[in-house]
Amino acid sequence: MKSRHKRIAIIVAGIALLAIAATLLLQSFQSNLVFFFSPTEVIQGKSPSKGNFRVGGLVEAGSVKRDGTKVAFKITDTANTMGVVYTGILPDLFKEGKGIVAQGAQGADGVFVADQVLAKHDENYMPPEAAEALEKAKLNQTMKGEVK
Amino acid sequence: MNPVIGHYALILALFVAALQAALPLAGLSKNNEKLFAFAAPMARIQSALIIFSFLILTYAFYANDFSVYYVAVTSNSHLPLIFRLAAVWGGHEGSMLFWVTILAVWTLAVTFFAKELPLRFRSSLLAVMGLLTVGFLMFILFTSNPFDRIFPAPFDGRDLNPLLQDPGMVFHPPLLYMGYVGFSVAFAFAIAALLDGRLDVTWARWTRPWTTAAWVFLTLGIALGSRWAYYELGWGGWWFWDAVENASFMPWLIGTALIHSLAVTEKRDAFKAWTVLLSICAFSLSLLGTFLVRSGVLTSVHAFATDPSRGLFILLFLVVVIGGALTLFALRAQSVGLGEKFDLVSRESFLLSNNLVLFTATASVLLGTLYPLLIDAMGMGKISVGPPYFDTVFVAIMVPGIFLMGIGPIASWKKASVPDLASKLKWALGISIISALLVPSVMGRLSPMIFVGLLMAFWVISSVLVAIKTRLKAIPGNDVVKKFKTFGPAFNGMLLAHFGLAIFIIGVTMVKGYEQEYDITMHSGETTVINGYDFTFKGTLPVTGPNYKSKQGQFYVTKDGKEIDLLTPEKRYYPVQGAVMTEASISINPVRDIYISLGEELEEGGWSIRIYFKPFVQWIWLGCLLMGLGGLLTMVDKRYRLKKKVTNNESAAT
Repeated sequence: MKSRHKRIAIIVAGIALLAIAATLLLQSFQSNLVFFFSPTEVIQGKSPSKGNFRVGGLVEAGSVKRDGTKVAFKITDTANTMGVVYTGILPDLFKEGKGIVAQGAQGADGVFVADQVLAKHDENYMPPEAAEALEKAKLNQTMKGEVK
Repeated sequence: MNPVIGHYALILALFVAALQAALPLAGLSKNNEKLFAFAAPMARIQSALIIFSFLILTYAFYANDFSVYYVAVTSNSHLPLIFRLAAVWGGHEGSMLFWVTILAVWTLAVTFFAKELPLRFRSSLLAVMGLLTVGFLMFILFTSNPFDRIFPAPFDGRDLNPLLQDPGMVFHPPLLYMGYVGFSVAFAFAIAALLDGRLDVTWARWTRPWTTAAWVFLTLGIALGSRWAYYELGWGGWWFWDAVENASFMPWLIGTALIHSLAVTEKRDAFKAWTVLLSICAFSLSLLGTFLVRSGVLTSVHAFATDPSRGLFILLFLVVVIGGALTLFALRAQSVGLGEKFDLVSRESFLLSNNLVLFTATASVLLGTLYPLLIDAMGMGKISVGPPYFDTVFVAIMVPGIFLMGIGPIASWKKASVPDLASKLKWALGISIISALLVPSVMGRLSPMIFVGLLMAFWVISSVLVAIKTRLKAIPGNDVVKKFKTFGPAFNGMLLAHFGLAIFIIGVTMVKGYEQEYDITMHSGETTVINGYDFTFKGTLPVTGPNYKSKQGQFYVTKDGKEIDLLTPEKRYYPVQGAVMTEASISINPVRDIYISLGEELEEGGWSIRIYFKPFVQWIWLGCLLMGLGGLLTMVDKRYRLKKKVTNNESAAT
């Protein structure tokens, strides 16, 4: 009888431990999800004002300004454009007119402060997020056109 | 040599592989022993055909045969020979052919080294491997034929992605594939055991070195990939929790669980159903990894040109293999049985907890990897899971596991005593705590994570020593050297692998805790003092490589007037693809790396430069190497080569 009680206690403790672990796991998971927004959505205020998120689009031609290791540039989904600043070394494939994804948070002045800039490793490759942003903007424009 | 021959060889291999699968399975259901005899010869013919076809493709690369479309898009006549040969697996089609070639190599090995298994079991094992071969060959022939021609043949090829033009490309994929595909043997073994409804201890013993071999390859392959990313990608990271990395890490975690669970099955005839399940999971995750990387659902360095029909095919294959295997498991697991009982405090229990920890860790990685894909597939937007999730969750799950890892090897089988374990390990715990506090005091900073990391590392090291001491005590006699010699490779290998993990943990903890990063701008002739080192930039020199042009920075690193190193990071331009590549330059020593990479050339003639200090970073890969060596050592243990007599009863159909 005693050994049975012991076993039940162990099973209960095991389940409790598992439940705690699962809760912590999911909590950490939830708080580390980074959502993606297009410049248009950011300008419409759909992106969070606090915390990290990702934006993507094309680097606008002629918008890149360097000051030592500080870089300011604009990204566009062709419908809307937003400013991004980044300190550090940009990836090799960061070029004007090419797609990139930036991760960071919205600064007080509305400029996006990136702590990570991703451009992928292939010349013709467009980050899927950037591609989606362009797609969305295009879709919105055609829909507007139909309304008119 | 005509590439068409390679194509024909593949088609022929498909039919032979189908026979290799069908005949023994028919024999199994009809109880016809004669059909079993077909398995090995068919497997050998099929493997030879696939290897032949792989050689034909390799020759096309060697001979710059750009009439083969795949060669034309992944190679170039200016590419150095070694990279031309490595380019065989530098694209989608070739890497799939390479995958199936590795499967052929493993199959061939099974036909030669499985003599101690009963014919019936050996044949069903080969039949399962035949089924896998059929699946992959169909995939290659229907969606990804590497022998497709292009007319007229282009004058030259489009070149291998410059990022892949590195010695890492020569070794990383073969090792990784040997690991991935190696788990197919354990998988086939599990399925054969389920088909047979029995899991014999001798069979478990047979499969152990195979699984360990796959695990060793995977360990080394992942480590090599990590080291490659470290020096090639130019930002000094060694693990990014990128979905593709996770795809290789999950089979590794489950594979680690599996080699431990197999130990219990072999030694104690326990954990039987669990071992079978893990074998299925390890290979399923390998397949999932292949799917993630090759289907185009992920975009990364590893993703090649994508085609939805390929993704669909692999997904279908995945569903059939995993679904089929798990269904079979659900139906037949009972007949395999759970195995022997054991006490709550026993080595079995510790190994079981180890398995649960590794399983949970895998599940957490799987969640973080698949969730974004799922959300995307359902059209609910694009999200990504940040590395902090993996860092925190993974560490939190692994810490208790590593704590138990110190106790497991000391606990006795079946029933161990808690006071005994405590008295054996109290010194180990004390020394670990003191060391974990001492090191940060030397380094000048302590954080909870640093403490936990070092504590775990020292705990594993000191418990390895305790395990050696306990084993020495258990053997009668006074001659220590003589006693050492009785240990046997399996025990030594286990301890070496555990020690390797400790070295790995030290590397990770020190890098995470004490690395420093500086992004600065420097002009030619300038000297900057960082971290006690003087960096003098002497400008850049033009360098011409075989297929690129480069600007090579000249950095003299000195400390207290003593020259440390000349570092020469490069900015390379590959004209064929119009790609720019950053080549970092690293000064390596056992306790720290100094890592320099060039950013952009600025308008006023300066350069933006990134300098990292990475303490103990090499220990990460050294640790993996030791783990791999440990695994290798366990494989040479004599007991795996003892010929087991196969009695007629055992092989007779029931």
